[in-house]
Amino acid sequence: MIVAEKPAVLIIGVGNPLRGDDAAGPAVIQRLQNRLPPSVIALPLDSDSVSLMEAWRDFERVILVDAVCSGAVPGFIHRFDATRTELPRGLFHYSSHLFGVAEAVELARQLGRLPERLVVYGIEGAGFAYGEGLSAGVAEAVEQVAHRILVELGE
Amino acid sequence: MTKPRSRTVKVNALARVEGEGALYVSIKGDAVQEVKFRIFEPPRFFEALLQGRLYSDAPDITARICGICPIAYMLGACQAMEDALGVVLPQPLQDLRRLIYCGEWIQSHVLHTYLLHAPDFLGYEDSIRLSHDYPGVVERALELKKTGNRIMEVVGGRAVHPVNLKVGGFYSVPRRQTVRELIEPLNWALEAALATVRLFAGFDFPDYRYDYTCVSLRQPEEYPITQGRLVSNRGLDIPIDQFTAHFSEEHVAHSNALHGRMNGGEAYLVGPIARYNNNFDTLSELARQSAREAGLEPVCDNPFQSIIVRAVETLYACEEALRLANAYEEPDAAAVEIVPHAGEGHGCTEAPRGICYHRYRLDEAGRIVEAQIVPPTSQNQKQIERDLWGVVEKNLDLAEDKLKWRCEQTIRNYDPCISCATHFLKLTLDRS
Repeated sequence: MIVAEKPAVLIIGVGNPLRGDDAAGPAVIQRLQNRLPPSVIALPLDSDSVSLMEAWRDFERVILVDAVCSGAVPGFIHRFDATRTELPRGLFHYSSHLFGVAEAVELARQLGRLPERLVVYGIEGAGFAYGEGLSAGVAEAVEQVAHRILVELGE
Repeated sequence: MTKPRSRTVKVNALARVEGEGALYVSIKGDAVQEVKFRIFEPPRFFEALLQGRLYSDAPDITARICGICPIAYMLGACQAMEDALGVVLPQPLQDLRRLIYCGEWIQSHVLHTYLLHAPDFLGYEDSIRLSHDYPGVVERALELKKTGNRIMEVVGGRAVHPVNLKVGGFYSVPRRQTVRELIEPLNWALEAALATVRLFAGFDFPDYRYDYTCVSLRQPEEYPITQGRLVSNRGLDIPIDQFTAHFSEEHVAHSNALHGRMNGGEAYLVGPIARYNNNFDTLSELARQSAREAGLEPVCDNPFQSIIVRAVETLYACEEALRLANAYEEPDAAAVEIVPHAGEGHGCTEAPRGICYHRYRLDEAGRIVEAQIVPPTSQNQKQIERDLWGVVEKNLDLAEDKLKWRCEQTIRNYDPCISCATHFLKLTLDRS
């Protein structure tokens, strides 16, 4: 019997695929399917961010991708080392319920529930209206972030 | 004579409520001139998009009105369709519905009280800062919420927007063993809920009282969750199919959500305080005792104490869930067979925020001809504005930032679900 190696890295793409560029996170996860080593798990997440803490409970290293809204050019890629610095609030787009990613990460920090390494990618969105489909700049950024994650994992 | 000083309290985007809303209060001297609780979340047209759909589509479509209280929509729709089609569910399936609804109450109440409302009372801007000083309290909240979510997963298939509910019952029923596995976490949750009531009882409550017209469901033997007659503390006692004869909705210019009102025009209250006041006698012994120990009378008229009432209801929901999980046996069939035909039906349940009413008319093929959904936050808007008016009048001496804080806290007494309230049909565009 082959015992599967315990996955070491978790990649989470946060967002609602039905809200325009908010789909950036799950889109990155989709781009990564079949391109990841078995030690990496990739997971789209479309629910309240409190569940993030649950999701990464057993992982030491986590990479998280979400759409953001900071006023930068659509498609701009932000990268935060969240284990070292606090995430800027109000940057991560969230539709309604409770918490955005920044709030969830900071809550986890207060409760000592951050993974040992947490990197957060924010993809600047152009629009978050109802409907499927990424804007051109964001679709491009999704490719780039997927690539950068693969590079990061290889390092 | 000096000119009365004018003050304006404005909150352009309310935090720690569900959805997008704003508040505008204008004060002249010692008199409140105007209060507007604005809901600018865009309307969502659910009632229109249901038209032409099959009766069986309604639960899953209406569930999308809210990610916090999908069960309220799913069950309201199921009940209304079952009413229209003359179907009665056997007791075991009704029990299973009550069980999943307990899960929704637990997760919704815990989320609101601990993470959104408690920071108001403890002087924190949000629950992150709260968790810095009280990590144990926030840990308890997250664990409690998880217990609620777990019930939703076991009975509903998943925690957010469950998929297992349908007109006539369920797509499949959970295994006995899976339901039994809820018992251990629920035993812990019961203790945690007791501690929650005690914790909130120690908060300072602003001095404000209101003689509310409380509207809720009521059943003779048990605290209302999934069904009952519609009652008020002013003597109303009607079957739910009489809802529209007594309640209506009106459009006001400053809100994208219809305002509910009694047909005489007056405001009314739905939600935990209304439920509690109308049904204190059917709470469990433990819940009543814990309410009394927390300083609550059988009638609560201070809306700020709604946080304790929610904690008492959380305790009750844990007890009920335990009782139902302990008694659970797998039903013979997951659902009752449905034969579609023409008809009209009504459904009404107690969403965490108050009664949620559904009415549908079906054609002979079982397609929806007309849909009406009245969510709790719509019904509470008028009363929210009354409370804001009264709270501001009582606190005119507060500094601007403190007054603003108190106003936001007043709105959060209602745990308003703004996305729910804006599902409605009519949109009036003023192009003049």
